[in-house]
Amino acid sequence: MSDPVEARGSGATDLFAGDTSTRRRRRGVIVKFGLLTALMVAVAALVTLIITILNSSFGLVAVESSRPPSELVAGLGYPPDTDLEDLTKQELVLLLGREISTNLGRRFEREQRFFDDRLVFEDPNVLNDLCMSGETPAACWLPARSRDDVQALVVERVVEPTIVGTWSFLQSTFNRGEIRAQTAVDHPEAELVFRSWLSWDFVTSPQSPVPDTAGIRTALLGSLWVVLITLVFSFPIGVGAAIYLEEYARENRLNSIIQTNINNLAGVPSIIYGMLGLAIFVRTMEVFTSGSFLSGGGGTTANGRTIVSAGLTLGLLILPLIIINAQEAIRAVPGSLRQAGMALGSTKWQTVRAHVLPNALPGILTGTILAVARALGETAPLVVVGASTFITIDPEGPFSKFTVLPIQIYQWTSRPQDEFRNIAAAAILVLLVLLLTLNTAAVLLRNRYSRRA
Amino acid sequence: MATNEARSTGMVMTDLTVHTEPRTPVAPGSVAMETENMSSFYGKFRAVKDVNLQFHDRQITALIGPSGCGKSTLLRALNRMNDLVPSARVEGEVRFHGQNIYDEAVDPVELRRRVGMVFQKPNPFPKTIYQNVAWGAKINGFAGVMDELVEHSLRQAALWDEVKDKLNESGYSLSGGQQQRLCIARAIAVKPEIILMDEPTSALDPVATLRIEELIQELKVSYTIIIVTHNMQQAARASDHTVFLNMDRDRAGYVVEAGTTGTLFTKPAKVETEDYITGRFG
Amino acid sequence: MTVSLRKKRRPGEAVIRGFLFIAAALSILTTVGIVFELGKEALLFFRTEEASMAEFLSSTHWQPAILDFGIWPLVLATLTTSVMAMIVALPVGLATAIFLSEYATPRVRGLMKPILEVLAGIPTVVYGYFALTFMTPLLRSIFGVSLVEIFNTASAGIVVGILIIPLVSSMSEDALHAVPLSLREASYGVGATKLETSLRVVLPAALSGITAAFVVSISRAIGETMVVAIAAGAGPKNFTFGEDSLFGYILNPFVAGETMTGHIVRISGGDLSYNSIDYNSIFAIGLALFVITLLLNVVSRRFVARFREVYE
Repeated sequence: MSDPVEARGSGATDLFAGDTSTRRRRRGVIVKFGLLTALMVAVAALVTLIITILNSSFGLVAVESSRPPSELVAGLGYPPDTDLEDLTKQELVLLLGREISTNLGRRFEREQRFFDDRLVFEDPNVLNDLCMSGETPAACWLPARSRDDVQALVVERVVEPTIVGTWSFLQSTFNRGEIRAQTAVDHPEAELVFRSWLSWDFVTSPQSPVPDTAGIRTALLGSLWVVLITLVFSFPIGVGAAIYLEEYARENRLNSIIQTNINNLAGVPSIIYGMLGLAIFVRTMEVFTSGSFLSGGGGTTANGRTIVSAGLTLGLLILPLIIINAQEAIRAVPGSLRQAGMALGSTKWQTVRAHVLPNALPGILTGTILAVARALGETAPLVVVGASTFITIDPEGPFSKFTVLPIQIYQWTSRPQDEFRNIAAAAILVLLVLLLTLNTAAVLLRNRYSRRA
Repeated sequence: MATNEARSTGMVMTDLTVHTEPRTPVAPGSVAMETENMSSFYGKFRAVKDVNLQFHDRQITALIGPSGCGKSTLLRALNRMNDLVPSARVEGEVRFHGQNIYDEAVDPVELRRRVGMVFQKPNPFPKTIYQNVAWGAKINGFAGVMDELVEHSLRQAALWDEVKDKLNESGYSLSGGQQQRLCIARAIAVKPEIILMDEPTSALDPVATLRIEELIQELKVSYTIIIVTHNMQQAARASDHTVFLNMDRDRAGYVVEAGTTGTLFTKPAKVETEDYITGRFG
Repeated sequence: MTVSLRKKRRPGEAVIRGFLFIAAALSILTTVGIVFELGKEALLFFRTEEASMAEFLSSTHWQPAILDFGIWPLVLATLTTSVMAMIVALPVGLATAIFLSEYATPRVRGLMKPILEVLAGIPTVVYGYFALTFMTPLLRSIFGVSLVEIFNTASAGIVVGILIIPLVSSMSEDALHAVPLSLREASYGVGATKLETSLRVVLPAALSGITAAFVVSISRAIGETMVVAIAAGAGPKNFTFGEDSLFGYILNPFVAGETMTGHIVRISGGDLSYNSIDYNSIFAIGLALFVITLLLNVVSRRFVARFREVYE
């Protein structure tokens, strides 16, 4: 091992003798892998989180029915593995007629006829009389029920499925045999089906106390309403404040206090905004936020716990974010444009409107979208402001009671039954898709802008 | 005609069409703007001190001097562009039509409409060529035919032939020299009396520079031009009057000498000036 | 020719300026509103016969049903979750920042930054779900079902830590980026390795910025609500020194505990009448929370200002 450099080394280089360089390099490699591991922890957390949610959104369920569909189809002379989906409307109505009482059948028929050309349960004369009388039932003007509608009735009233066990996607995939055996012992009557908790029905059905039929329609509409109010409130004020601070404010004490204050507000925990909203919007301004100033007092049941209170609360919450982002966007507009504008004898506002704002707009919008995404995911402040715990009616306007998607997720997560975990996971998927869409929009906007500039 | 109308009603002449005919009220060579004991500060720092100058109507005055001597600061004091710098402040007087432009009652917006500016780097708006020219006139309440004004301004800026077929393209699609001429067209579209130019050719190549210099000569028929340049040849070739500024020991700029360009460059009164123009310093 | 430069009246400009100023000043109103409302209700709370400031600040029992109002059980749970969160977030966040700033190729950076942004963009209620359905079962399977309660501060704390990682890493990375290249070159110039440069030169130079990141993260952990509301516990962890075992119960993260934020959410989620002592009490807790987080944020800003001063 005669290194020519070593060999030629003078006394001076020998002072640095010892094999430090390899040791130092090795230590470097070890630390680098340590750092990389930390990064991987972050990535693993994200992956695990997403897998956890997907895992609960799909999987086997054991369904016990009072009349299993196999029995019903057998009664019609079909093989037992025939699906209800394969039956015609006539056959379904026939099934219904066999299984429910005539009284119940009449009630359904008065709500909506089964066929346009004939009646199944009701006496034609009775219905005619009813239609002539003052209290005309809906059947008098509605068209006949669709096939799917009848099938839903059969499922709801005859099959009466109840979920007696659910399994996650991974369990369902890898332990199918075990689950089958276990179910056979615990619920001999039950049928195992693979179920996607996230479905179009789930998105469009209202809240329900039964997880099987519960949906997020009410919450989704509530979220949209609240975010709309938030945006209408905070966008003009936020952008206005940013323009003031960047273009108008002189360097004085008041303006520096305003700026510091905005920066500090951005760090206030969101729950504090909820308490502010509760005290100001819900309680102090109840006359306005309950909408009773419109109806002349009384009438509404929501008191101040309405969409408008929630929207304003979240508006205050994201205001600092919008302001700070908009300030950055405005600051990025080159000063030469302002000078050019001013040198032509334009006023400050003319320059701002014609040159500064159009150029800052993509940045302002990007920041606003991100802030709205934040509002869409906020839960704690709305719990405090008073989101309704159970509400099945779609919100009608700013003065309605409300619930929002994150609140729905929170409530379902807090329930002990497994099925609620499943629908919470499905609701989370919907929320994440919404947020991902917003974020993608923001990123696209940002990229398009930076490419053009 | 419009002039008479404005006078008879005792109103201020703000009708922009007035100046499309040659202006007559002030005879060429008379004073368009003057400063008296003017000093300009940034915070506590005095950037220019005790300037006493007269700028002659419809002539070209060049400001020369070593870099950092306050040429640009002086120029920006003449239309209150330095108002945009928060700590900037001016003492003394700058008179325009007999009024001190730093008077409390003076509206800087009105002033800048009459005293326009062309900047060192071409800075067209990120809008179409047409909009670049039309915007200033529009916000100043121009009531005439906009297409004519745009064409006229672009012609005066010697740019019309090059852009007449692409008026709806972005101002950024032009070359650097064309952009600068667009900025000049934009400035003259609001019919100023004075145009301040802050090293307008320093970012341009020699060919583009030449075109701008020729253009400036043509513009002098209608406008008073005050131009800052770091190029002595440019000053000698293109201006009627030259002001030489230098920096004092306290880094404040001051006027060493002012006079007709011919005299200043051939028979300077001060040694400092001679040293500078012969390249013995700076 | 007379030319008037007299000021034109421009009422529109003044109106717009006025609106813009009001928009900016609204933020002051927000702060005043927070301080006023929290302060007012808290004052009402301390004025009642049932509660007192002294009790609030000294008692280790929070049992509104028998009119015990000591904030310490809530503070203790908040501290436990925050410390757990910091144990996770600080090393992972800082190491991530060092890796991304000093070691990663532009491609790796371009890949990892969006992942961290996604992590930061996930709503906290989703993290709460994650804590309850993944982290808690995981802890229970590792440490034993008898040791780890279903609701426990450890699970909530760890997940809060995960959700803070992006905050720690992005702020730390900014601090590392602000260190001038010349300093790195100087270090390489005397023969230092990349590791030595990163850890012994760049890291100390960015220290105040990194400290700012840490302090903000603590504030964020203390104010975090949904994760703890879902996973940490649904009742204050009252304790008595001497009677309760210090490590077995009081400081044990595997025991359920309700944080300040968790308590506010639980109480206000129920039917709450405005003039009840419960209503007033959550504002007293809110005020404490506001003061603590505000102080931490101000301290953090000081640190940021310090490193800006040095390098910008």
